[in-house]
Amino acid sequence: MSGAAVAQETGGVKVLGTRAPREPHLEIQGLRVSYGAIQALRGIDLTVGRAEVVALIGANGAGKTSTLRAVSGMLKPAGGKILLDGRDVTGLKAHQLVPRGMAHAPEGRGIFLNLTVEENLDLGAYRRRDTAEIAKDLEYCFHLFPRIKERRKQMAGTLSGGEQQMLAISRALMSRPKLLLLDEPSLGLAPQVTETIFRTLKEVNERGMSILLVEQNAHLALQLAHYGYVLETGEVVMAGPGRELLESPEVRKAYLGE
Amino acid sequence: MNDLIQHLINGLAAGTIYALVALGYTMVYGVLKLINFAHGDVMMVGVYMGYATAGHLGREHQSTFLGATLVFLLSMAGCGLLGFLIERLAYRPLRDKSRLTSLITAIGISFTLSYGFQLDIGFLPGASPRAFPEIIKPHEWIVIGDHDVIIWNWQVISFLIAILLMLGLQILVFRTRFGRAMRAVSFDHRIAALMGIPVDRVIAFTFMLGSALAAGAGILYAIKDTAVQPLMGLYVGLKAFVAAVIGGIGHVPGAVAGAILLGLTEEFVVGYAGDVLRGLGAVLHLDSLGVGFTGSSWRDAVAFGFLIIVLLVRPEGIFGRVTAEKV
Ligand SMILES: Nc1ncnc2c1ncn2[C@@H]1O[C@H](COP(=O)(O)OP(=O)(O)O)[C@@H](O)[C@H]1O
Ligand SMILES: [Mg+2]
Repeated sequence: MSGAAVAQETGGVKVLGTRAPREPHLEIQGLRVSYGAIQALRGIDLTVGRAEVVALIGANGAGKTSTLRAVSGMLKPAGGKILLDGRDVTGLKAHQLVPRGMAHAPEGRGIFLNLTVEENLDLGAYRRRDTAEIAKDLEYCFHLFPRIKERRKQMAGTLSGGEQQMLAISRALMSRPKLLLLDEPSLGLAPQVTETIFRTLKEVNERGMSILLVEQNAHLALQLAHYGYVLETGEVVMAGPGRELLESPEVRKAYLGE
Repeated sequence: MNDLIQHLINGLAAGTIYALVALGYTMVYGVLKLINFAHGDVMMVGVYMGYATAGHLGREHQSTFLGATLVFLLSMAGCGLLGFLIERLAYRPLRDKSRLTSLITAIGISFTLSYGFQLDIGFLPGASPRAFPEIIKPHEWIVIGDHDVIIWNWQVISFLIAILLMLGLQILVFRTRFGRAMRAVSFDHRIAALMGIPVDRVIAFTFMLGSALAAGAGILYAIKDTAVQPLMGLYVGLKAFVAAVIGGIGHVPGAVAGAILLGLTEEFVVGYAGDVLRGLGAVLHLDSLGVGFTGSSWRDAVAFGFLIIVLLVRPEGIFGRVTAEKV
């Protein structure tokens, strides 16, 4: 291999290697988010290409969740632009983005504990009318996570943490999204379950789904991701292909505990 | 024995009317976690709308089946619109502010309606009480013995209307897509929006539905020779609120059960407590203090005493579940 990864400094961002060119699916430009006086994001740029897996890593409080919330319309950005398929969607409400092919499995899973497992899954497909295809997607989710199938009549509140995470991902898939936003899907899961979930992500990505993945587990995320960004106190400090970030001394030191 | 049956019937009839008002409280609380203190006053406005509609129809038409149906439907539609406007203009801008802000706003709307309607300007009716037109001509439907037990036609009709509306609501909430969306919004409206659920529309619809039910209930309430006056909503609203809390606020069948329990309790207090209390008063020599011992004067004390006991013993209500803290 050439190995001559060129490190560039552009506007405080250390960019490693080169990125395979793709048609942009999601473009974030100068995004700012504030909670009252607290500035959570100070103007970040980030792109997800079509059918690309992009990982967003960073310490607690770096602004990863805020990024996803702004993209999915859960909160209004204080500044900047969000383009989806080249169209400006900044300031659109969350429910308007779902029919445009976006699904967000939020931090804390966001399961409706007062509904059954099956009702949660049905809500994932709330904006769809293609009954036959919905049934197929449901079967696919059941095939991925047989545990969810067994428990489909139960109240979601009776599920274990791992099962709730499987449900959260299944529910996001039920909208048949083109772009999937995931906030720490491996949090609190047993290693085998995490493995299942990451295998699933690889599989749906190979079928053409774009994924923006926020993870604490930088190792797993960067292995899967085509490209990655490192966020530090509301700013992107580093970007590069997953493999090269994995091998960079800064990332190894700060996020892989080496 | 006949006495007991008569009280049961009266209590049930009163309870079903409370139930319809209580459902509005509980539904709005369910989706917004807001005690809509203006709910009873929306009901009062509905009663005046019904009054006006019946007046326009005139004596001849108002008591026909078609006329009475029209009175119900128009005032329910009018109140639905009022509920929509209140939510849109007063509550929606405050949705992400503190709960207390909305609560104070609700009390403000309540007073604006109940005292505004006491003005005698333009279409406002003024404070003087009126009798509601007899859109359902009262007659004794079933009489047992020598007028020992009387079931009035309006009691049966209100009971049936109330049961139908409640069944419809139960089906809507638990058997339809939209109801599923309502329950999702109730759990967490931000997550519901991520499913593509138009949260604003779901909340607006819930308000409209609750307000329309209140209008229907208000007319049923007014028909049983209650004076129509601008403060009536405060009173009925408070009772329905008590019923909703007793049943477990946010819980649909709980609101119905709480309301029927309240209706029955009040009826039995009116029927029997007078005797008990008079006896007690005589023993304790309370008559010299001028304390009244007719049952009806104790009715409200018992209703609110009931509320206090439930809140002390089982704050989540009889049917309510302790909701898990959201993570
Ligand atoms: N609802 C909120 N109110 C106030 N501050 C918040 C809120 N959510 C997040 N923050 C703050 O914004 C910053 C970024 O948080 P977040 O986006 O959750 O980071 P991450 O997901 O990377 O841990 C943190 O300093 C956090 O304390
Ligand atoms: Mg986070």
